[in-house]
Amino acid sequence: MGEIQKFQYDNKIVRNFLYASVIFGLVGMLVGLLLAFMFMFPKLTDGISWLSFGRLRPLHTNAVIFAFVGNAIFAGIYYSTQRLLKARMFSDLLSKINFWGWQLIIVAAAITLPLGITTSKEYAELEWPIDIAIALVWVVFGVNLIGTIIKRRQRHLYVAIWFYLATFITVAVLHIFNSLELPISAFKSYSVYAGVQDALVQWWYGHNAVAFFLTTPFLGLMYYFVPKAAERPIYSYRLSIVHFWSLIFIYIWAGPHHLLYSALPDWAQNLGVAFSIMLIAPSWGGMINGLLTLRGVWDKVRQSPILKFMVVAITGYGMATFEGPMLSLKNVNAIAHFSDWIIGHVHVGALAWNGMMTFAIVYWLVPKLFKTKLYSEALANFHFWIGTLGIVLYALPMYVAGFTQALMWKEFNPDGTLVYGNFLETVQQIMPMYWMRAIGGTLFLIGLIVLIYNIAKTILAGESVTDEAAEAPALEKVASKRTMGETFHQWLERKPVQLALLATVTILIGGAAQIIPTLVVESNIPTISSVKPYTPLELEGRDLYIREGCVGCHSQMIRPFRSEVERYGPYSKAGEFVYDHPFLWGSKRTGPDLLRVGGKYSDNWHFNHMYDPQSTSSGSIMPAYQWLITSKHDRSAIQDKMRAMVTLGVPYTDEDIANAFESMDAQAAKIEDNLHADPDFVRSYEDDKEYAKQAGVEFVPMKDREITAMIAYLQRLGTDIKVK
Amino acid sequence: MLKFIKPYMEDIEGIATYPMISLVIFFVFFVALFWWVATATKDHVKEMSHLPFEDNQQNYKEQ
Repeated sequence: MGEIQKFQYDNKIVRNFLYASVIFGLVGMLVGLLLAFMFMFPKLTDGISWLSFGRLRPLHTNAVIFAFVGNAIFAGIYYSTQRLLKARMFSDLLSKINFWGWQLIIVAAAITLPLGITTSKEYAELEWPIDIAIALVWVVFGVNLIGTIIKRRQRHLYVAIWFYLATFITVAVLHIFNSLELPISAFKSYSVYAGVQDALVQWWYGHNAVAFFLTTPFLGLMYYFVPKAAERPIYSYRLSIVHFWSLIFIYIWAGPHHLLYSALPDWAQNLGVAFSIMLIAPSWGGMINGLLTLRGVWDKVRQSPILKFMVVAITGYGMATFEGPMLSLKNVNAIAHFSDWIIGHVHVGALAWNGMMTFAIVYWLVPKLFKTKLYSEALANFHFWIGTLGIVLYALPMYVAGFTQALMWKEFNPDGTLVYGNFLETVQQIMPMYWMRAIGGTLFLIGLIVLIYNIAKTILAGESVTDEAAEAPALEKVASKRTMGETFHQWLERKPVQLALLATVTILIGGAAQIIPTLVVESNIPTISSVKPYTPLELEGRDLYIREGCVGCHSQMIRPFRSEVERYGPYSKAGEFVYDHPFLWGSKRTGPDLLRVGGKYSDNWHFNHMYDPQSTSSGSIMPAYQWLITSKHDRSAIQDKMRAMVTLGVPYTDEDIANAFESMDAQAAKIEDNLHADPDFVRSYEDDKEYAKQAGVEFVPMKDREITAMIAYLQRLGTDIKVK
Repeated sequence: MLKFIKPYMEDIEGIATYPMISLVIFFVFFVALFWWVATATKDHVKEMSHLPFEDNQQNYKEQ
């Protein structure tokens, strides 16, 4: 045995991440609740562009995933890693950079997303300078983690550490490949991938962000904190080895199940389905391992709110990971996709698995960090019950809503017409479900507020231990090769570099097998000669569509079902999206699909609809976009944008680029002309002119306002191959 | 960006054998995994699963 060394655990960094998680959790959930109420009251934030639904939705998802859950991950990892490795974190400075860098990124997200600065790719909405910051801070975290592993005093790496390592490696790979984009300016870039390829890379990322940000780090935390809270070792360490390797191997293949029945090549869809079904095995292996750790101590579960939170969290993990593979069966997916079922599904994962596990860790850690007892077990129990009730009240109505609406979308009359031809009828039908969901969300949030009160009281009563004394023998050197009687995995458990390399290879296999062929095999994306690049004005309009987050509620992907073809027009072909940087297929239909909305309504209809959606569509829950109609449109960057598109393979000629401004002017003037067909428009437009003259303010002609570009884009959608 | 790597991929001969290779990788992966697990000794497994309880907290007892 080596000499006994004295050292200190860094508790301050754990405490900081814990505070950040709770505070940003409150913010993220408040934004979520506001969004939930906007379904009933679409005019709740009327006229305030930065509080509009489309811009707040990504703020909610980013805040909950990266701020609430992200900070909880760091808190749990920084606490458990130090103890499992019997070492202080590698560098206090790196810990600090990790903490403050991450919070700065969150603040940057909270500012840019409401301003409409977004790439529109789900959970990767942040623009390129923030993407670079994320990569840097993530590397700092990785260096700190690996540095700690290297200077450890515990020879073997516990399974939780493997999960943390795999998290670091995979998130880095995913983030970098999905964020490859060509900058136009400091706040605008275009994805280097187009259409189908962009969709595949995005959902390889999106799915694995769920896998390696919301799942693997939390499984690591489960393997540490559940045994600690239950005061007994994990049920089966062997099972945890199988769990780890099979989970990271299989997870990475399942991304295409987000694109079933889309224009993605069939072989990729089927591969995604097959691996999604297989995923049940490792997921449930992990769930069973977590739950069975509590065998024989169920009496403790009755008394300890912490263990209760953990049981609901692990059960939620089990439900979500059973539901996931079921949802990736094509026939189930045909019903669930684009509906509120998916919203229910993700919230079982987020509220139960991530939320309840985070709460358990907070209740367990705070008394430890402040050398005291929890202020009130009764309040923690109250939190548990109101939180659990909140999850049930959130999820169940969403399942009912999803089924109801999807079945209504598909219902035909005997004469072959749609029973609910008006999309709004299917929205009105599920309004009571939206009410219940908002109530469920409110209950969950009340629980969080109770937690904040409870831990604040605990903290005030305790005393902070920022550096906790510990001691352990130094690690003696052993042969780097396998020693006598040592099996391969025993050897691997003490070799972090080899373990990390193997994990990297494991996760790269699946990604490579799907993505490389889609990117390089031409026959996967048949070109369509009638599909032409967007005109400059349409391109600008498309950027407005991205800015306003329209993709959050409207898909642009008509699946090859009779019901969809009847409602929206010919189904989508891969070749239609070859100039779409980024793709805008969407993942949710709160409103109807827009792929072939071009030419369906008049320019005036779009104008009035954007100004006051309820005026053209009675009972609509779409918010108004008055600022599109009143704001002057800055189109000065169009030539840079077109040049960037040329770099990415869009065939604009030099002449197209040189004439961009004339072309935009002409197309916009035509739309302004069309708008004059409506006498109401003419009257209010003239009044507007008169007002500007009298008030002495600059009058912006309609053709120079944002709405004309938006109308140009909407009227273009799907017309390239539209059957007249 | 893709135009740089595309021609090389297209030149790969016998790209059709790749699914076969995938199957082999998959099979070998799981056989190896279960072999590792099966060969782990009881003592080692016990030692590993008790790692979370060796954190040497000096200044206060576990609650």
